[in-house]
Amino acid sequence: MTRFSSAFSAPALVCFITAGDGDTAANLDALVEGGADVIELGMPFTDPMADGPAIQAANLRSLGAGTTTADVLQIATDFRARHPDVPLVLMGYANPMIRRGPEWFADAAKKAGVDGVICVDIPPEEDEELGPALRDSGIAPIRLATPTTDAARLPQVLNGSQGFVYYVSVAGITGKQQAAQASIEDNVARIKQSTDLPVAVGFGVRTPEQAADIARVADGVVVGSALVEIVGEFGKDAPAKLKELTSALAAAVHTAQ
Amino acid sequence: MTEQPNSFKNQPDERGHFGQFGGRYVAETLMPLILDLEKEYRAAQADPAFKAEFDDLLEHYVGRPSPLYFAERLTEALGGAQIWFKRDELNHTGAHKINNCIGQILLAIRMGKTRIIAETGAGQHGVATATVCARFGLPCVIYMGAEDVKRQSPNVFRMKLLGAEVVPVTSGGATLKDAMNEGLRDWVANVHDTFYIIGTAAGPHPYPELVRDFQSVIGKEARAQMLSRAGRLPDLLIACIGGGSNALGLFHPFLDDPDVKMLGVEAAGHGLDGDEHAASLLGGVPGILHGNKTYLLQDEDGQITEGHSISAGLDYPGIGPEHAWLKESGRVEYTAVTDEEALDGFQLLCRTEGIIPALEPSHAIAAVAKRAKEMPEDSIILMNLCGRGDKDIFTVAEKLGVEI
Repeated sequence: MTRFSSAFSAPALVCFITAGDGDTAANLDALVEGGADVIELGMPFTDPMADGPAIQAANLRSLGAGTTTADVLQIATDFRARHPDVPLVLMGYANPMIRRGPEWFADAAKKAGVDGVICVDIPPEEDEELGPALRDSGIAPIRLATPTTDAARLPQVLNGSQGFVYYVSVAGITGKQQAAQASIEDNVARIKQSTDLPVAVGFGVRTPEQAADIARVADGVVVGSALVEIVGEFGKDAPAKLKELTSALAAAVHTAQ
Repeated sequence: MTEQPNSFKNQPDERGHFGQFGGRYVAETLMPLILDLEKEYRAAQADPAFKAEFDDLLEHYVGRPSPLYFAERLTEALGGAQIWFKRDELNHTGAHKINNCIGQILLAIRMGKTRIIAETGAGQHGVATATVCARFGLPCVIYMGAEDVKRQSPNVFRMKLLGAEVVPVTSGGATLKDAMNEGLRDWVANVHDTFYIIGTAAGPHPYPELVRDFQSVIGKEARAQMLSRAGRLPDLLIACIGGGSNALGLFHPFLDDPDVKMLGVEAAGHGLDGDEHAASLLGGVPGILHGNKTYLLQDEDGQITEGHSISAGLDYPGIGPEHAWLKESGRVEYTAVTDEEALDGFQLLCRTEGIIPALEPSHAIAAVAKRAKEMPEDSIILMNLCGRGDKDIFTVAEKLGVEI
């Protein structure tokens, strides 16, 4: 069993924060203690064009603090040493991932104990830019499916996907409005008909109530902006607040039925 | 240089790649729309009615063909090659940008889109987009870096007069790349009704191809005009490059004329030896940004660095992917000129020809001044004078220490 298949054996809470924004190690520990089942670690980028204001600001704070790719990989390595069983996903944009070559990145991520990579701006059409290097290193390329991914296109998105499928519930940027529950249910059902991979749903999920609703129909719930806002607002006091929100979200996700 | 292809005009391939460059590096939400756009563009290319409407608007609304002009006094002043200008600064709205906007808004209407967005740097593309939106009665939102809003206030006012909403973008360095990020964020949230009119030959496929095709009217006209006026093709084409659409527009129809050399001029800002420039080809390395793989100004971790140029229209940290390919293939030579050299070129043209150029083609003028002297008197340089300088007089006055 991979770390992913254990984590998604029951509805899972997937938590995102940006690497290098605040005391990332302490914040990650707080997420795990609160009950996060999967960690998504954002790689900061100067031009996060799929992200809303909260995660944009986190990217800029992190880069402003001098975070490098080496720092991100060190954060991952240290996390893996402290939490041997929690799946760890790097999420970010293509350019920092391919800067030293896709093989270099895949190899470095593997050594850091990373399980999967989400690259926002490499669609299946451009898979060869990064996908083969990841798969060869045993890292899952996790693809995004969206409300605009129609039936004709879905097989192409799923082909080569590993780990889980991330269903982006709204056509838009991170942290804004949440999709209607009915639309989430329809789309998750549609994706699950075409794949055995777990399906996690994200974009716009902020409250335990929303998370519980999604956990009833999907294998996982992704929360990002709401956590990143806490990091931005509370700085060194963020871990306690993160743990509080994560505990409430985890309780909602784990007891949903 | 590796083995020459049979034609330099057969790019991109069916996946939108120019050699290793170009492509479609966008979020999944946008992919279906990008594929739709390509399908619709192919249909438009095959539709004589589309071309007829495009040509009609270019002739009667934009004022094409633009003149081909022999710059006699500049030629004398420099002493060397004959210098000819393609006068795209005489277009409606004062730059080449309108050619592309006419083409794209016709595509938007074909696709049934009812809302237009665009990014702008110097404001020329924003003005051209606001213009076509007013002409066709579509609402228009222009994203512009807050720094550029300050630098280019006359163009901001023009856009507003034309009915556009101008949104100042404060994220990042608050210039063109940040405006493009914000444009992409708007688009991804409004894919159902919105068409993004990209202003240069960059972005995800098919934008680099279709912008080039719409701008190629410049080179097609110039080639025919040159043959008719001088009885032969020019020896050297020169154009400035930010994203590269005016240069591609001029160069593309000549790419398979082996005796015609081409020179693209990037912005060297304060000099290529420091960080304060916008020369992606000469000072950058390949990477992925804004939907395409191309040369980018970036650090060793792949973080994008801010371009600098006296010209707001050139300080973009990337470049159209076809230029990246033309550089690697060796077909086009690229150089860069500094802010100071561009200012000299600006003043030189004002005084010798009675033409106030935009700061963008002032870079090309500076390169013309260097090259013309090295060439015999019976040789011909053809430069694209792609914009007029009314918008830049405040910047120039400040640099020259004049209060107006």
